[in-house]
Amino acid sequence: MRHIISILIENEAGALSRVAGLFSARGYNIESLTVAPTNDASLSRMTLVTRGTDEIIEQITKQLNKLIDIVKLQDMTEGVHLEREMMLVKVRVANHQEREEVTRYVDIFRGRIIDVSEETYTIEVTGASSKLDSFIQNLYKIQVMELVRSGIIGIARGEKILSL
Amino acid sequence: MEITGAEIFVRCLEDEGVDCLFGYPGGAVLHIYDALYQQDKVKHILVRHEQAATHAADGYARATGKPGVVLVTSGPGATNAVTGIATAHLDSIPLVVFTGQVPTSLIGNDAFQEVDSVGITRPCVKHNFLVKDIADLATTIKKAFYVATTGRPGPVVVDIPKDITAQRAEYHYPKEVSLRSYNPVVKGHVGQIKRAVALLSKAKRPMLYTGGGVVLDNASDELTDFTRLLNFPITETLMGLGAFPATDRQFLGMLGMHGTYEANLGMHNCDVLVAIGARFDDRVTGNIEKFCPTAKIIHIDIDPASIAKNVKVDVPIVGGVKAVLTDMIKLIKAKSFKTDQDAVAEWWKQIEEWRAMDCLKYDTSGKIIKPQMVVEKLYEVTGGDAYVTSDVGQHQMWAAQYYKFDQPRRWINSGGLGTMGFGMPAAMGVQLAYPDATVACITGEGSIQMNIQELSTLKQYGLPIKVITLNNGYLGMVRQWQEFFYDKRYAMSYMESLPDFVKLAESYGHAGIRVEKPGDVEGALIEAMKVRDRVVFMDFITDKDENVYPMIPAGAGQNEMILV
Repeated sequence: MRHIISILIENEAGALSRVAGLFSARGYNIESLTVAPTNDASLSRMTLVTRGTDEIIEQITKQLNKLIDIVKLQDMTEGVHLEREMMLVKVRVANHQEREEVTRYVDIFRGRIIDVSEETYTIEVTGASSKLDSFIQNLYKIQVMELVRSGIIGIARGEKILSL
Repeated sequence: MEITGAEIFVRCLEDEGVDCLFGYPGGAVLHIYDALYQQDKVKHILVRHEQAATHAADGYARATGKPGVVLVTSGPGATNAVTGIATAHLDSIPLVVFTGQVPTSLIGNDAFQEVDSVGITRPCVKHNFLVKDIADLATTIKKAFYVATTGRPGPVVVDIPKDITAQRAEYHYPKEVSLRSYNPVVKGHVGQIKRAVALLSKAKRPMLYTGGGVVLDNASDELTDFTRLLNFPITETLMGLGAFPATDRQFLGMLGMHGTYEANLGMHNCDVLVAIGARFDDRVTGNIEKFCPTAKIIHIDIDPASIAKNVKVDVPIVGGVKAVLTDMIKLIKAKSFKTDQDAVAEWWKQIEEWRAMDCLKYDTSGKIIKPQMVVEKLYEVTGGDAYVTSDVGQHQMWAAQYYKFDQPRRWINSGGLGTMGFGMPAAMGVQLAYPDATVACITGEGSIQMNIQELSTLKQYGLPIKVITLNNGYLGMVRQWQEFFYDKRYAMSYMESLPDFVKLAESYGHAGIRVEKPGDVEGALIEAMKVRDRVVFMDFITDKDENVYPMIPAGAGQNEMILV
């Protein structure tokens, strides 16, 4: 099963490599990994998406907790949560018909066209990963020149927070 | 007053109470060596290879319970130390290893003798640090000692760039440090402890299975009380030997791949298993699918990640072995607590039948020295009171099987990583910690050559360890596997061109003895023990074909032992 693990980690050089190294050394897979500073400058928040049986996920969280730089972590998938991913796509739109079609899909998926050139659109779409997947599937007639996904970030619903 | 980083380093070691530092100088640590030269509180032991520095510090740590401390230079100094760091990591030994680094301005520049020491050691340390500001130096050193020695212990590396050791700052060594992200649990959960004790009272075929965690937490007394109060059989892992007296009736010997018949069958047939400071290593469990098929398992460990890693556990207890056993003993001593004494008596009857197999017996009639006999004689001659280190291979298993350790911290070997070359430098560290003790290194002619250069260090510091080489001319354990599993194709397990160990020892200024007849073994050992001013290197020419029995082949169950 897919798990989203949110981690508060000391904002220090090398902290990321400890997490990445743990996953490669123990043969766990990482589907996506994002990391950025938080409102507390001493902490970074990392969101890690991985897959495994319950036993493997239990080991992953225990091994992560063992890393000295990790302050706190939470398996988002255990509770109700929100997840978002952002995608930037550059497509070739050579004629009026293609421009029309792309614009329509962007509207349906509540995306935005954020850059335009003579023959290209650059589109921003945000949502759950499955929404981004289906956006791309629907663009099958259009030539995708470049695609960037941010990886998933997540947050718990309601009062529940991940903090010190 | 401001002092240099190098002086701060030395003051930190003094304030931490470090009396012994194992190391080797080089460019990046010259400022530190200059500061060491100008003081006499921290004794520096100059090894002949950085790997030996880490093993010696490791041996010192295992024997004393204090952290072992190492200082090496950047680049090759650090990489040579890695094997020793990994050895300590797998056996959870507290080490603090200081590595010199090129100046901060050159880091990442492929400078002379530069390696990414923090990167290289990351997977084999408990934690590591790179000191980038002299203001952080003392606190970082304090943190290193704190992390290395608390919770589940382990090695910590502190990488110090050369320019930091030349800069000046005020010295202040914090009395305490805390890390918000690191709070090891010591006390066990009360509810879990009650559940565990309830399970003990119902056990009909109980087994205690204990490991290195008992030794590390200095919990031998508690374990001994606990075991005797319950009258349950106990077996220990290779790392756990000595925690409970080996000469006690309740002790079934070591378990696992080369464990005793009674210990392994006891494990296989038990209905309640209490794992204490042990981690269900593959050399212990054999085939995990066939492991303890009828047992409910209680697991006490300070590291939550050790619990339910390899086997499903019914009652997990996260906590220090000493604290948890203390709490359990209180409950066991309560009047309301009873074990099922009839069932346990039946169980003992069964165990005694297995024990009567005498699985460690060996042929003593021949004219060639049996390696087991050398270990047994060593036990007799030293009255069981020696510190015994070993290398890795057949001799290690024979030492574990035939030397009866009644006290903890007396048996010192590389169990997890299985590092050949560990034994002699480790013995060096033990002898430094306990100058008057008898320290024996049981080794083979293969292993001993992996750090033989340390004979020179032993001479320099007058450390009179006894080297007991069980010389069968083969890499014995490799040969044994080739005999059993590779149709006797002895690929590269034969050692040609062995040195004359007697002459070699003498060339370093030590004594050497070659022993070739069974009748001479005891006398030679007695003579060797009298020598206190240098090493006695004993070269026992032993049976080439002897194998370590019993043996559970890799992938087999605990009840599928090869006995002879």
